[in-house]
Amino acid sequence: MDSLTIIAVASIIIAGITTGFGTMGPALAEGRAVATALTALAQQPDASATITRTLFVGLAMIESTAIYCFVVSMILIFANPFWNQAIALAAGK
Amino acid sequence: MRLSPDAVILWQQGFVKVNATIATTWALMLVMSLGAWLITRKLSTDHKRSRWQNLLEIVVTGIAGQIKDVGLREPRQYIGFLGTLFLFVALASLCTVIPGYEPPTGSLSTTAALALCVMVAVPLFGIEGQGLAGYLKTYMEPTIIMLPFNIISEVSRTLALAVRLFGNMMSGAMIIGILLSITPFIFPIVMTVLGLLTGMVQAYIFSILAAVYIAAATHVSKPKPKSELAPTP
Repeated sequence: MDSLTIIAVASIIIAGITTGFGTMGPALAEGRAVATALTALAQQPDASATITRTLFVGLAMIESTAIYCFVVSMILIFANPFWNQAIALAAGK
Repeated sequence: MRLSPDAVILWQQGFVKVNATIATTWALMLVMSLGAWLITRKLSTDHKRSRWQNLLEIVVTGIAGQIKDVGLREPRQYIGFLGTLFLFVALASLCTVIPGYEPPTGSLSTTAALALCVMVAVPLFGIEGQGLAGYLKTYMEPTIIMLPFNIISEVSRTLALAVRLFGNMMSGAMIIGILLSITPFIFPIVMTVLGLLTGMVQAYIFSILAAVYIAAATHVSKPKPKSELAPTP
């Protein structure tokens, strides 16, 4: 395999692994957060405004870790710096 | 496939480029300021109001109420900044119903600029709220050992704000683009509706997080007196 193929294979595989593993933790965490918030809502319906707002902000914080992984894998697939450099090297040869 | 509307260059003269992000941002700014000017041109205070004035009043009082809920006592002082952030991000994602439109918040440049605005505005509001010495003292809040970590958090939360908004908006556009090549018939519309919901939630979260940061810097949130608390059943 030449270097271009290795870069392409590594980028695609790592992009899949990044999104796959990176969304596991946030998914579990968001499930726990929503379950706890629902319990709190059932116990105290009066405080629903506060609970919902805090839940949304917390979910956004948790979700942002998954979004970071997604951004990294998107960069690996669509805007890979190593790939562009290898293409430039191959074109210059 | 391209990641952001930055890559679409509409006009170029030397090193000055006008890409789709800049053009859409200015178009949105034009729509918002022109709309606000047209509506507020003839405001009425009696019982007969135009429906547009009612809309603006609902929006402004709603945002002010949300800011107040976060813990900022005087929402009118901050609504100019926080309300503009919310309305811009919300309008940028709501306009995705227009065909051919790409949200400018799907570009890292726009979201980084918005996050930098928050990063600059938080110390300004903090100094305004409790003076320069009082604001600087919040950096060594529990102990002086936390000083470097507080400075790191200042930078990292700016990065998080920028990448969160960019990632959400870009992923919406990306998913629709991928689905168009797999199931081009009805399913992309469903994802567009989901994208509208995500866009509104992200706009809400962006402004609420900015409000939380400002509230933490100004320290106006004190525990409510007992009489204001709702009685627990």
